[in-house]
Amino acid sequence: MTYILRRLGFYLIAAWVSLTLNFFIPRFAPGDPASALQARFQGKLEPSAMAAMKVAFGLTDEPLHVQYFTYVKNLLRGDLGTSIAYFPAPVSEVIGKALLWTLFLAGLAVLVSFALGTLLGILTAWKRGSWLDSVAPPTFIFLGAFPYFWMAMLLLYALGFVGGWFPLLHAHSSHLSPSLSLEFIGDALYHAVLPAGSIVIASLGGWLLSMRNTMIGVLSEDYITMAQAKGLSERRVMLHYAARNALLPNVTGFGMALGFVLSGSLLTEIVFSYPGQGYLLFEAVKSQDYPLMQGLFLSITVAVLAANWLVDIAYVWLDPRTRS
Amino acid sequence: MSFFRQLLSNRKANIGLTLLGVFVLIATIGPYLVRDASEFLTTPLSPPDSEFWLGSTSQGQDVFAQTIVGARTSLLIGFLVGIVVVAIGATVGIAAGFFGGWVDDVLSLLTNVFLIIPGLPLAVVLAAYLEAGPVSIAFVLILTGWAWNARVIRAQTLSLRRKDFVAAAIVAGESRLRIMFFEILPNMTSLIVSGFIGATVYAIGAQVGLEFLALGDVSKVTWGTNLYWAANNQALLTESWWTIVPTGVCVALVGFALVMINFAIDEITNPRLRSEGGWKAVVRAAGVTPGFSTPVLRRGSLADSNALADSSAPALSKEAS
Amino acid sequence: MSSTPPPAASRARPGEPLLSVRDLCVEYVTPTGPVRAVDRVSFEIGRGQVFGLAGESGSGKSTAAMAAMRLLQPPAVITGGEVHYEGRDVLAMGEDELRAFRWKEIALVFQSAMNALNPVLTVGAQIADVIERHENVSSAQALERAAELLALVGIESSRLRSYPHQLSGGMRQRVVIAIALALNPPLLFMDEPTTALDVVVQKEILQQIAELKERLGFSILFITHDLSLMLEFCDTVGILYAGRLCEVAPAKELFANPQHPYTRGLMRSFPELHGPKQRIEGIPGSPPDMRSPPSGCRFHPRCSVAIPVCDQEQPQLITLAAPALARAVGAETDTPDAPVGQQRGHRVACHVAAQTAGSSDV
Ligand SMILES: Nc1ncnc2c1ncn2[C@@H]1O[C@H](COP(=O)(O)OP(=O)(O)OP(=O)(O)O)[C@@H](O)[C@H]1O
Ligand SMILES: [Mg+2]
Repeated sequence: MTYILRRLGFYLIAAWVSLTLNFFIPRFAPGDPASALQARFQGKLEPSAMAAMKVAFGLTDEPLHVQYFTYVKNLLRGDLGTSIAYFPAPVSEVIGKALLWTLFLAGLAVLVSFALGTLLGILTAWKRGSWLDSVAPPTFIFLGAFPYFWMAMLLLYALGFVGGWFPLLHAHSSHLSPSLSLEFIGDALYHAVLPAGSIVIASLGGWLLSMRNTMIGVLSEDYITMAQAKGLSERRVMLHYAARNALLPNVTGFGMALGFVLSGSLLTEIVFSYPGQGYLLFEAVKSQDYPLMQGLFLSITVAVLAANWLVDIAYVWLDPRTRS
Repeated sequence: MSFFRQLLSNRKANIGLTLLGVFVLIATIGPYLVRDASEFLTTPLSPPDSEFWLGSTSQGQDVFAQTIVGARTSLLIGFLVGIVVVAIGATVGIAAGFFGGWVDDVLSLLTNVFLIIPGLPLAVVLAAYLEAGPVSIAFVLILTGWAWNARVIRAQTLSLRRKDFVAAAIVAGESRLRIMFFEILPNMTSLIVSGFIGATVYAIGAQVGLEFLALGDVSKVTWGTNLYWAANNQALLTESWWTIVPTGVCVALVGFALVMINFAIDEITNPRLRSEGGWKAVVRAAGVTPGFSTPVLRRGSLADSNALADSSAPALSKEAS
Repeated sequence: MSSTPPPAASRARPGEPLLSVRDLCVEYVTPTGPVRAVDRVSFEIGRGQVFGLAGESGSGKSTAAMAAMRLLQPPAVITGGEVHYEGRDVLAMGEDELRAFRWKEIALVFQSAMNALNPVLTVGAQIADVIERHENVSSAQALERAAELLALVGIESSRLRSYPHQLSGGMRQRVVIAIALALNPPLLFMDEPTTALDVVVQKEILQQIAELKERLGFSILFITHDLSLMLEFCDTVGILYAGRLCEVAPAKELFANPQHPYTRGLMRSFPELHGPKQRIEGIPGSPPDMRSPPSGCRFHPRCSVAIPVCDQEQPQLITLAAPALARAVGAETDTPDAPVGQQRGHRVACHVAAQTAGSSDV
């Protein structure tokens, strides 16, 4: 329990560092994006909203610490400013729905890829030197060396465009509106096959390699030899004795790699016009929508921190040593 | 045997180093040997033929030339960022591990925070506020990429600190900076090299990603902008696969080469990962299938059996060199 | 333990040892060439007997024991010799046969209890799984047996649900012993079962092993580098040096009348528990590098009484002639259940001892 609370403390600090970075970046940027911003908003915004924007981008003459407190206060109320690209919608509203799609796509892809990669890592380490072990690691290292979005374009081209087996864009068919119906969920999954598939292909090698390495280390432990000596079935030794232990360091690595894989999946969204955070990021960059960009940075960071906390909880569940 | 000699005698490392060498060569002299990469030269979107080996872009540029020229900036930034990232990582990591106490607390916290903040969104925000171009990209990549090395190097410093030679140097009254950089650092060669390689892989990939997002200078020819223009000009809808495949394959080959080198470094520094090839060859040569139980080979000493001489000796002597 | 049959005593053939190891050779295939870590080692263990294997660290004790169970992992290979268990040829067994054989007939107590237990499974699960695997019982019955086994080694059954890290070092070692006893095997290999523990716990555990042996009647191959333990615990002792047996004798005989200079050195390097206080003298020098062992007698570079032939010829294990034996073993003759054949003899592999004692070749 104390472990989980300690981790929570760390994530709060990390969140604070990110929002502080977010505060200082526009203020210390060389050019003058702030006044450009003001010019674009002049006359478009309510005076009160304009004031909030000014605070967010350091356009007021107040001392820095006062600006900072106003900024944090606004953030805590969920006020991230107003989007330029989607004017006059507030950034928080624009981000809200997109966040769900990103979590769905990236979450699906990361889980599938972690599960498959771990399984392959277990098998290749267990059957060291077999044909699987000599083929799988180099193949997936090679596939993993392609940029995520490139892999996305390739799948889109081959299976969507030429093959015609999968939808080319968006998260669901336009004739369906989001609901929890079986039809809609099936449709969303169908739309997710290519984008998630490309993320899985590009990220699987990393999980495979690290699981294989830790597994090989674990296999030379005495408790494995003892399990073998006890005559236990291969399955039990491989899964309950070796893999269960090898999994632990990889779960920690999983948390740390989440941000990286998520970054890749944001680019994948762009290729598929998938209505998530990555697509918004692209829109924001194209239209120089700084409020949206910064809001996305914060929301994605918070999502990653929260996911990491869930991983910590899973870790405690997997490793009895952290429980007492 | 020195670390670098071991590396040169490892098969995976050789594959990686050779491939990498080819690309470094291409990036160095290639641009002088091809057509102008940004000029309008032929019919837009013409597929590969005998004159334009990799076809042309929608602007009528030579894809082959673009791929070659793009290698230069991409590799340069990749290696540059790799070096700086390792330098920062080593400084922060060694300082944290060596001084301990509050210095370690602060540096470790900072390291862990930067490790967990997702890199791409932060890089996007930063790059958006900076002037577009390679320098900004390099800066952004360094800022978002240093933490991993700092963490790994700190852990290694902690274990080296307990070693006798460091204690001896402290007792002998050597200055701390001297100990950090002349006693501790030289004992982390493999870690520094693999950290550099990892950071370079990250830098090349992330750079391509940022440029794909139009955060680079889109008028320059790099691997990232090649892909940006291809996507921007609907390469898929026009079925002009040749505008995206060459660059993507090059990025992947360079990444593959670098990861193979790191794979080899893992094998060298962690003896458990080394293959059991020699043992397997000996066992197989005796007509026994290797399994879990200790094999029984009734041939007297292995030293005078043919098995070792025939099948495993070359492999063994190679590893031993 | 009431539900388990007594150790396979029914199959016993009088006069035949339970385990017989002949000329066992084990090599490690290393990048720089094969390393022979165990070189023509022979010993026998009779029913109810404790055979002790002693020697410095790296002398090949664990290697010899693990090889006899075919448990050594790459890069090890067995390159010669025989291992017979109740007449069954262990070196000829296939993978499946070995899986059924191990633990049922010979169980192993690993050198380090901490590393021998799986950190993520409960103690109960680690005892029960081997029972379920080898015997036709339900998992509830297996757990019940696990509780009985824990009671047998003096741990309350509530500990079934504990994880290894929640137990003290001594308790972990007891758990490992309980796992070894799970199938009530006739023979136990114990590889330094008490080294990592403090002296008081060490004593308790040894006491317990002795009691269990009385009750259950199993035989033991007892590995240690602590000679004083040997005297209390073993019937016969073999001294291993650099992969070769240099002396084998009944424990009391060996202590009363050590023949090999190395054995003598070893005995001097341990303080006697009861006898008069003696200065602890180690053996000068260090064990040889097994990649290039010395020629002739492997001990000669460290030996204070070496003669020219020692670095030329490898000494063979020879049985000391009866007169030399009789001088020391008068008290031994009434031992009930006398071990078989050569086990009774005092054998030594030393040129010097062979000259002075007078001997007969084996
Ligand atoms: N995997 C291996 N590869 C090469 N040589 C090995 C390997 N394992 C053991 N050896 C060598 O075999 C010899 C015997 O080792 P072993 O572990 O059997 O000694 P031991 O008598 O059990 O020592 P200890 O008292 O330390 O347990 C040692 O010299 C060691 O160097
Ligand atoms: Mg041992």
